[in-house]
Amino acid sequence: MNGLTLRNIFFDEKIRSILIQAFVVGLIGVGIYSLIQTTSYNLDKRGIDTGFEFLKNPAGYDISLTLIPYTNTDTHLQAYFVGLINTLLIAVTGCFVATIIGFTIGIIRLSTNWLFRNFAYAYVEATRNVPILLHIIFWYTVLLELPKIKEAANFLKFFFLSNRGVYSPALILQDGMGIVFIFIIFSIVFAIIFNIWAKKKQESTGVQLPVFLINSGVIIFLPIIVFIALGMPLLWDHPVLKGFNFKGGMVIRPEFVAMLLGLGIYTGSYIAEIVRSGIISVSKGQREAASALGLKKNIVMKLVIIPQALRVIIPPLTNQYLNLTKNSSLGIAIGYADLVHGFGGISLNITGQAIEIMAMVMATYLTISLTISLFMNLYNKSVQFKGNT
Amino acid sequence: MLMRLLNVSNFSVAKKWVHKNLFSSWASALITIFCFYIILKIIPAGLDWLLFSADFVYNFRGEQIIDRTFCSKVIEPGQHGACWAIIIVRWNQFMYGFYPVEEIWRVNIVFALTPFALLPLFFDKVIFKKQLIYFTFIFPFIAYYLLYGGPGLTEISTSKWGGLLVTLFLGVTGIIIAFPFSILLALGRRSKMPVIKSVSVIFIECIRGVPLITILFFGNIMLPLFLPDGVNVDNLLRGLVAMTFFAAAYMAEAIRGGLQAIPNGQLEAARALGLSYWQSTIQIVLPQALRISIPAIVNSAIGVLKDTSLVLIVGLFDLLGIGRAALADMNWMKLSHEVYAFVAIIFFILCFSMSRYSLYLEKKLKTDNSI
Repeated sequence: MNGLTLRNIFFDEKIRSILIQAFVVGLIGVGIYSLIQTTSYNLDKRGIDTGFEFLKNPAGYDISLTLIPYTNTDTHLQAYFVGLINTLLIAVTGCFVATIIGFTIGIIRLSTNWLFRNFAYAYVEATRNVPILLHIIFWYTVLLELPKIKEAANFLKFFFLSNRGVYSPALILQDGMGIVFIFIIFSIVFAIIFNIWAKKKQESTGVQLPVFLINSGVIIFLPIIVFIALGMPLLWDHPVLKGFNFKGGMVIRPEFVAMLLGLGIYTGSYIAEIVRSGIISVSKGQREAASALGLKKNIVMKLVIIPQALRVIIPPLTNQYLNLTKNSSLGIAIGYADLVHGFGGISLNITGQAIEIMAMVMATYLTISLTISLFMNLYNKSVQFKGNT
Repeated sequence: MLMRLLNVSNFSVAKKWVHKNLFSSWASALITIFCFYIILKIIPAGLDWLLFSADFVYNFRGEQIIDRTFCSKVIEPGQHGACWAIIIVRWNQFMYGFYPVEEIWRVNIVFALTPFALLPLFFDKVIFKKQLIYFTFIFPFIAYYLLYGGPGLTEISTSKWGGLLVTLFLGVTGIIIAFPFSILLALGRRSKMPVIKSVSVIFIECIRGVPLITILFFGNIMLPLFLPDGVNVDNLLRGLVAMTFFAAAYMAEAIRGGLQAIPNGQLEAARALGLSYWQSTIQIVLPQALRISIPAIVNSAIGVLKDTSLVLIVGLFDLLGIGRAALADMNWMKLSHEVYAFVAIIFFILCFSMSRYSLYLEKKLKTDNSI
């Protein structure tokens, strides 16, 4: 009817949306282009190399915590992997500690005992309203106040506490330990299969087998029997004070412990609140109905309350795990040798190639974040209500 | 007679309450006793350290404390109170950093104005809200003018700023500047145009997927590389840019939650009345959505405020950074517990009051039928 006047074109929703998007694309393109121009000009002027060639150069600095072989003649790439593994190490152990603290405190928050419950409340509020960095720095100072290495406090006979870390006996694997490990894996596989089989049997016949008892028996005792039968192929290496340091054994550095305590306590408080709200989200009727059916209290918890609470708990819990992983980068404040401290800090200062290194560090964290949320989303799908959306 | 009756019933009510809440079973009774034991251990010891045995400006001998050796903690080995002199002697540093003393009134004005700037962002019903929101958005500039100086005021380089001033400056102005961007990002994420949507999603997820410290490094190390010759951004502003990016991404997600709660019918009805997209968004959808997202916005503001402490890693002196600087002084070196306790208490007061407020608001909005 109206013909294609300019006004109509401009006010047509489809055409306008294309115009707007083209404009945005153009704007971003121009922005990126000029950014590249000025940046390459600035880099030239300062004589900074570009490209990833530097990864093959020797790093030239030491790292205090290495789980894979590394010396200061190794490459920056190797330093990257050392840092990455240290980041993953603190992230995984931190999540573990935070989960334990969180679930414990979260359940105490729901105790019928008024005093106990408010105790947990005070703890949660006191810990989560203080910056995480302060937690970490505080624990680090506390750990540095431990006795000096010469007068390290001895506890449980084999452990030594000092301001340079906790020294504990290390295990030395002898021949034959491989067979024990094979049996450990075998017993776990057996437990999983047995679990599935028992569930099928219960669904078809209604007979409940003592799955937990049998499985834990197999997992604990089978490897022990094999271990004894092979003549206990293990040696303890005890730390001994020699001169200015301990020789032998293994050491857990105060940086690691401070990170673990800081991250675990701070994130644990958030998890406690998540667990609490997850459990109270299950309506009272569910619990009452389950006990009216004659189920015991622990069975009600295990089969009725927890599966429903998990649906509410998992998504925010994932977020907390992600936050913890990201916060593990604060190790730089106390010298924990993670990705940001070593590769993102020292390598960057040595090579000066800020763009490449920051891009690698950021991409690594993004990958970790996306992977965790992917897996947690998959798990989340498996615990959601099925069939009614 | 009546009084006696009241007392008896009160007493029996109290007894019932104690029985139900503290001694309902053997396990519960044991836990109660255990908790009492801990309380009796912790609270007197804590108060003793904080107050009763603590040295303030004068120690127990009446000597004025000028350095740690005057704390009675050192003189008498049995003394175990805190030595608050480090806070009192360095109070100005903790509050204002190295800001010149004769100009401190400017900082105090900014501190006094801050609550007014935050009112429209954090409260659902405020008198003069419309007028105040203009003030909110010019506040960062007023604050910068007052703090940095300019025509009529002596210039004070940002390297002299520190302490609570930096913490609040980064937190508050970061949140205020990020606010409009976060609304745009939240709308963009729900947009039907694929380009706009993907740009918003990529920005939000990239910022949320990396640690704040890398964003701060990014601002600190890489911003100078991206800028043309002659343009120089000082350290504090680089930190502010990073905090703003960070706050925008997190607040965008808070606002998205509010937008999702508004039924589609609202927008459709507005469009059916002939309002354009922007008219219906600004006049119909956003006022409702923002109101429900206030608790989430306050929560992300708490997170941003706590995370401002990270700037000490890039060499700025926020509250925690100034505390660490104070501990670098030989005389005070061993007073770390006092400094960290003080910083923790300040953060606790700020964050706890904000989180209680956000809880209250959440409850209130839930019972409100206006939405």
